[in-house]
Amino acid sequence: MHEYADIPDWPAAAHERLRALGVAQVGFVPDAGHRKLIELCQADAGMTAVPLTTEEEGVALAAGAWLGGARAVLLMQSSGVGNCPNMLAMMKACGIPFLALVTMRGEWGEFNPWQLPMGQTTAATLELAGCAVYRAETPAAVAPAVEAAARLAFDAGAMAAVLIAQKLIGTKTFKEEG
Amino acid sequence: MSSAPLLERRDVVARLLADRGALLVVTGLGAPAWDCTAAGDHPLTFPLWGGMGGAAMVGLGLAIAQPDRRVLVVTGDGEMLMGLGGLATIGVQAPPNLAIVVLDNERYGETGMQATATAHGVDLAAVASACRFRHAAIVRSESELATALVPIRNAPGPLFYQVKVRADKLPLVLPPREGAHLKNRFRAALLGARAF
Repeated sequence: MHEYADIPDWPAAAHERLRALGVAQVGFVPDAGHRKLIELCQADAGMTAVPLTTEEEGVALAAGAWLGGARAVLLMQSSGVGNCPNMLAMMKACGIPFLALVTMRGEWGEFNPWQLPMGQTTAATLELAGCAVYRAETPAAVAPAVEAAARLAFDAGAMAAVLIAQKLIGTKTFKEEG
Repeated sequence: MSSAPLLERRDVVARLLADRGALLVVTGLGAPAWDCTAAGDHPLTFPLWGGMGGAAMVGLGLAIAQPDRRVLVVTGDGEMLMGLGGLATIGVQAPPNLAIVVLDNERYGETGMQATATAHGVDLAAVASACRFRHAAIVRSESELATALVPIRNAPGPLFYQVKVRADKLPLVLPPREGAHLKNRFRAALLGARAF
């Protein structure tokens, strides 16, 4: 367990914001940090939750959704951001809104050295691809960041991502499972 | 190895898009986009100029967003090979209104006609079938094409047709390439005032 275990239910708050914003398609590659939000989206009759085989599929999915008049979000882990830049170029070239919620690995107390290179460059990668990047360091900060990023995406036609800090989610150790 | 292809890609696409009505079309980058443009540039065709590997998934997002409209993805073998995982994703979603047609010349046509995996016998239709597409087939002949045209427009999907075409190098017929224009004209034609 971690220090925020009993503090505001950020997945429920984030889901509520996404629902209120009319997000209808939720592409995701599972991550432990996104587990509850994914389950909430899957249970929401107003959302189509789409499990992806790789994250860039979710970028293309969001482009198709927008062409069809629907809003989409991509849920992924920081490592998945590295799979996305070429597809994000399509969003930038076309001015298609893009919203991503990214759970972080490779930062706060990370034990897996293979997570570090992508975790340490997640924000910069997104920024280079044209995304505005907001960080949420506490559970209470997630929903307002989702709201702000979504407004940037869907109202201003921009690309935006919310990075959900590893400190907030709880650092994975592989020693406390079960 | 496959037998010599008989079909000509521009003729195939002209027939796919003839009397297209309310059809929504997404094309992969390169020759399939030129083929669709040669058949008649249309606001409800969204030709990709990049995003290689993404055409089928753009089609999925569109098909989910517009369940009452038929969505046709026209792409090439190289583009489809880059997004094979998307076939699993689409098979799981099983959109009944989505059809994918791969114009398979067994070549990377825009970069020097290098052989793709399909030239070595990789069977994309079998991949789609294994990914739970409702129907998937290889089309090699005029009669097989004629048989496929009706289900591509009307049969419950997801459908996948790998159409073997000649590796011709044809004159370029380019669609507009400004992305915001392509997006905006598509949304305006589909959504009307709600687009903006």
